[in-house]
Amino acid sequence: MLLLEKVKKTYIEPDGSPLPILDIPRFAVAKGEQMVLVGRSGCGKTTLLHVIAGISSADSGSITLDEVDITQFSEAGRDRIRADKLGYVFQTFNLLQGFTALENVMLGMTFGRSRKDSSRARDLLDRVGLAHRMTHKPSTMSVGEQQRVAVARALANRPRILLADEPTANIDPSNQQLIIDLIRERCEEEEVALVMVTHSTEVAEQFDRVDRLKDINRVISDVKPTKPKSENSKREIS
Amino acid sequence: MSLWKIAWRSVQQRGLASALTAVSMALGVMLVVVVLTIHGVVSKSFRSNSTLGYNMIVGARGGSLQLTLNTVYYLSKPVENISYDYYLEFLSQERRAEELKHSIAYNSMQAERRVSEIQVMASSAAGPPGLHSLGTFLALDAVTEAAEEELGGNRSGKYAPYCDFVIPLCLGDYFGNYRVIGTTPALFDDFYYDLDNELKYEIEQGRNFHHFDEENGYFESVVGGAVARDMNVKVGDKINPSHGVPGGHTHQRQFTVVGILALSGTPNDRAVFVNMEGFYLMEDHALDLKKGEDEEDPEAAADEAAETNADPMHDDHQHDLEQKIEPLPVEQRQITSMLARTNSPIVVPGLVKTINREKEAQAVLPVEEIYGLFNVIVRPIQNALLLLTGMICLVSGVSILVSIYNSMSDRRHEIAVMRALGAGRGTVMSVILFESVILSLGGGLVGWIAAHSMNALASPWVEAQTGVSIAFWSLAPKENILALISYEMEWMIYPELLLIPALILLAIIVGFLPAMSAYRTDVAKSLGK
Repeated sequence: MLLLEKVKKTYIEPDGSPLPILDIPRFAVAKGEQMVLVGRSGCGKTTLLHVIAGISSADSGSITLDEVDITQFSEAGRDRIRADKLGYVFQTFNLLQGFTALENVMLGMTFGRSRKDSSRARDLLDRVGLAHRMTHKPSTMSVGEQQRVAVARALANRPRILLADEPTANIDPSNQQLIIDLIRERCEEEEVALVMVTHSTEVAEQFDRVDRLKDINRVISDVKPTKPKSENSKREIS
Repeated sequence: MSLWKIAWRSVQQRGLASALTAVSMALGVMLVVVVLTIHGVVSKSFRSNSTLGYNMIVGARGGSLQLTLNTVYYLSKPVENISYDYYLEFLSQERRAEELKHSIAYNSMQAERRVSEIQVMASSAAGPPGLHSLGTFLALDAVTEAAEEELGGNRSGKYAPYCDFVIPLCLGDYFGNYRVIGTTPALFDDFYYDLDNELKYEIEQGRNFHHFDEENGYFESVVGGAVARDMNVKVGDKINPSHGVPGGHTHQRQFTVVGILALSGTPNDRAVFVNMEGFYLMEDHALDLKKGEDEEDPEAAADEAAETNADPMHDDHQHDLEQKIEPLPVEQRQITSMLARTNSPIVVPGLVKTINREKEAQAVLPVEEIYGLFNVIVRPIQNALLLLTGMICLVSGVSILVSIYNSMSDRRHEIAVMRALGAGRGTVMSVILFESVILSLGGGLVGWIAAHSMNALASPWVEAQTGVSIAFWSLAPKENILALISYEMEWMIYPELLLIPALILLAIIVGFLPAMSAYRTDVAKSLGK
């Protein structure tokens, strides 16, 4: 469903020197698969998600989503792919403050080709337990509620894959599991593949597949690996 | 969710800044609409007499514009007069004869007096009395015929075949600050000021003045609606015109107000119309007779009698005196100008050329003069005002630019989120442009409503001053906007409607810079986590 091959990404430092971030020979996620990516801060996890989402372009290599190589697309084409096939949950929720919960969810389907269906937005909010908060603005909601709105928004356009960038990092421990369960349940329900970045071993332990970025990214392969905290963690790295 | 709604939410989110920006645009648009309305009112007021019901003014030689202002608007300094004889050249034989009958009678009277003197002398000489009587009769008849011949009472005026009607005007007196115009009852009885719609000047109260009335003699007047209101004049009142200038010497002669005109939005609202025969009979209005002729003019005795009988107790006596006053002979009359309508537009150029070739008078085409004045003086002022208010709108547009642009640093994150959700660069650019359009059009709408509310509030005052009514929904009159490019092209449109595309264009122009800023937003950098 998602396949990255020979993907490289290099940033240019202010002094003009190159800073390689990604060099991934292969990375694949199957349809409906749920996995986590772990790695130390600054190792390129968010950059990898951005490259998959087409927010940043790869310098080389191919990224195939649903058998379509999105690196061949122009920026506008990648925007369309993102609008139609990808969902994104941010660490800081990134809800638009001027919009109600319902409008934030509807924003998720505004830019894609899927039907702008307010009943789906209501249904999603209902399923994340926010039926009573639809007309509330983010500033009046708890962080847990905000992240639930963000999850509903990410699923609004019926994506093929959901990218979640440390979705529980800013959430109190009592709500963390709730959010993880919510994301996993909704993805399972809608057959959406899930790639979640996390620092939390508790979160990582719940997944069958846990990839360490250092194992899939050659740029940081020489860096001392972060020891996985769970013996049950599995790797599926080429 | 539509992009408009996203833009509107953004406007709402920055409520105060958005409101202030929209208010600035509202003020600009309000000023534009007010200027357009004033333009419309002035234009309508100016042109309300351009469908004058007449197509030519004949008056003394001099400035054609001054003659037009004097005759159409009763403005500017009074022009010189032209002879009554010249006026008679525009009348049919029948009307000439009617006009001249007093002069013929007067000449006959003079001749009779001279014949009587001769008769007295002859009676002292030898001869049969019957022969004297026959001689006297023949002599009188010969003198009357000669007078009629000399005055031209038995022919048609040389310009009469080309004119449907002619109405004389005599100016020079005032009632308060309002012009007094001596004219004939035809101005209100027969004259259509709007031929297409068959509109006559309407007398709201009372009736038109008569050429001669049993009760008031030649001294009746009809007062314009604005004059009646401002000077508190009612039907039955007596008014004394002042001579020459406002507040000048007041004539002893009183005119009885017999009618008050309905407001028509024309300069007639601000004028007093008196019977021309009475006008001539006021002191200082009669021309001196030629040297050697009897200089006793008919009104002198009556004026004298009237002055000595000014006491109201002598009203009956004065009434009797007024009944005895005869109209002034044509030799002692002049007119200021005349309104003429030709029987065909084809004859106008030739007629104007012929009249202007003569030394006595000039003919002007009032519509041409009015439009000339409007285009030369009024329009440039209004264009300058429009330019000024347009600049205010431009400044308001710049305030939109500043407002949105300043908000961009705070909004990069939002824009990045939208981009992350799949919005393209063009989409976020559109959202910013829509926001600019909302502020511009929203402000413009508020300004339009404010301006039209002001118009509606000021309407009674404007109507009283100009006769032009402006309702809330009244738009400034249509203009040929292609005239800015070429007078040969024409596209008449309400200028206020042009505000909509103008405001959208302005919004796009001023929104372009912040929109480009949104377009260039680096998503990965602005998104953070």
